[in-house]
Amino acid sequence: MTADRKPGFNTLAIHAGAQPDPATGARATPIYQTTSFVFDDVEHAAALFNLETFGNIYTRITNPTQAVLEERVAALEGGTAGLAAASGHAAQMLVFHTLLEPGDEFVAARQLYGGSINQFTHSFKKCGWTVRFADTTDADSFRAALTPKTKAIFVESIANPGGIITDIAAIAAVAKEADVPLIVDNTLATPYLVRPIEHGADIIVHSLTKFLGGHGNSIGGAIVDCGTFDWLKSGRYPTLSAPSASYHGITFAETFGNFALAIACRVLSLRDLGPAISPFNAFLILTGIETLPLRMQRHCDNALAVATWLTRHSKVAWVNYAGLPDNKYYALHQRYCPQGAGAVFTFGLKGGYEAGIALVSNVKLFSHLANIGDTRSLIIHPASTTHRQLTDEQRMRAGAGDEVVRLSIGLENADDIIADLDQALAAT
Amino acid sequence: MNHDVYSDAYVRGILTNHRTIAMVGASPNTSRPSYFAMKYLKAKGFRVIPVNPGQAGKEILGDKIYASLAAIGEKVDIVDIFRNSEAALAITREAIRIGAKVVWMQIGVRNDEAARLAEEAGLQVVMNRCPKIEYGRLSGELSWAGVNSRRLSSKRSLLGAKGVQHRVLKAAGD
Repeated sequence: MTADRKPGFNTLAIHAGAQPDPATGARATPIYQTTSFVFDDVEHAAALFNLETFGNIYTRITNPTQAVLEERVAALEGGTAGLAAASGHAAQMLVFHTLLEPGDEFVAARQLYGGSINQFTHSFKKCGWTVRFADTTDADSFRAALTPKTKAIFVESIANPGGIITDIAAIAAVAKEADVPLIVDNTLATPYLVRPIEHGADIIVHSLTKFLGGHGNSIGGAIVDCGTFDWLKSGRYPTLSAPSASYHGITFAETFGNFALAIACRVLSLRDLGPAISPFNAFLILTGIETLPLRMQRHCDNALAVATWLTRHSKVAWVNYAGLPDNKYYALHQRYCPQGAGAVFTFGLKGGYEAGIALVSNVKLFSHLANIGDTRSLIIHPASTTHRQLTDEQRMRAGAGDEVVRLSIGLENADDIIADLDQALAAT
Repeated sequence: MNHDVYSDAYVRGILTNHRTIAMVGASPNTSRPSYFAMKYLKAKGFRVIPVNPGQAGKEILGDKIYASLAAIGEKVDIVDIFRNSEAALAITREAIRIGAKVVWMQIGVRNDEAARLAEEAGLQVVMNRCPKIEYGRLSGELSWAGVNSRRLSSKRSLLGAKGVQHRVLKAAGD
């Protein structure tokens, strides 16, 4: 007997999770814009509430439009199951809510999206969870930050905004030694460029808002369960390994096996905390994902052209893009994401903070806003915006010093993107 | 046969060609995975016969529990093993003796010697899988939970006769 043929990435981006609608034959995934779903009968209702069968109750927990998105993202990452949430931040909250108890700790890279640093440092403190930061370019620093209370390690595959490519395998080795799951935020890379599961990730989180949705029109997040972590082994993850008081004593890791984390995040954390994605957003993001391979390659090709041009500009002090051959992360780029180094990177202006403010004011094609991964090219000065809540030291360590400008390169003609920077720098 | 991976057609064939499952290690505890699997498979039209020597004579979901496969007085197609890997060998020998067509070992259960014996006797073997999960995966129901079915299709899922929230592998009357 031969195994089934494995479809390629482009095929999965279009088809995974989606079949024609069984009721109407609609070929595009319908937007099931409904709060609730009728039960077939009383027995069916009881079985659904007991998790004894699969089906839909209420859109806060499951919805058929969201389900297609969830399976699509899980398939692209090569995981066992997915879960969509209202935002990337919501996805992170759901994962940690499932893994951690009050008093627990986790180790995170300090080179993260500024919003994640805020969430981990301040909001999570209210839940009794403590983050310890390590250096994503140094796997040993994660080992040094481990304590008996550590329950997880968190990194970004391509770090935002610094343009760092993380050596996921090296940090996965630390997680394995410590017997804790490695969570990888794969937002900037997308599974088109990096599939963290192939390098030892146990859980993947996404802001779908960025390149996966890709059109700057919908906020969303996702969790992918890689199915690789043994939740029963240590007994340190009671939400998964102990009988659940919330579901008549079922043990999630026994009942749901290698997709137990995704189910627990859904039927406990999402059910109780409530950050569900809307069916309409799920539909828009799904539509975006269908063209992910084409878009992501163009994003990367344009980014390389723009970064290369910037290196030659007299007002530019440095360009940190891993796709440039002299960049210190070039070797990791070649190893982890040879198709491209992403489309978000930073560069430094010789004129410092004032020049950064001037540049974002002078652009005409670039949009000055706090997002990345749009069809449109985007620009921001992190020190005065996304990273301004951080201390000076945190900002520097996150790669968001005074002179730093972050670009998210869009899908326009590279010549036009460059021409806009050229005129804006001339006026700066 | 390679038991690390099964084609969808192989698993689908087993689940559509057979109707009677003897579930060895079935538990009357309503929070156990075997109870979940039994309830689900019954809802999909399978006749499920629980086997558990410690509970013999009692009932699960209205079905009498037998002490052994040999004690079942009717034809059994699939023997579903909810026991550990070591215990699977003796159960497989018994499955061959009673004329079962398929030996199915649950997730985490694998016994290659038992598989070899069963295949030599002409039985089909599935190891380290759950028939409930496989049924839900192939029918499309499990996709409602965001689970990666590792399956692409441009055809509609089949709706069951019981209602719109039931998907099936085979239309009623097929």
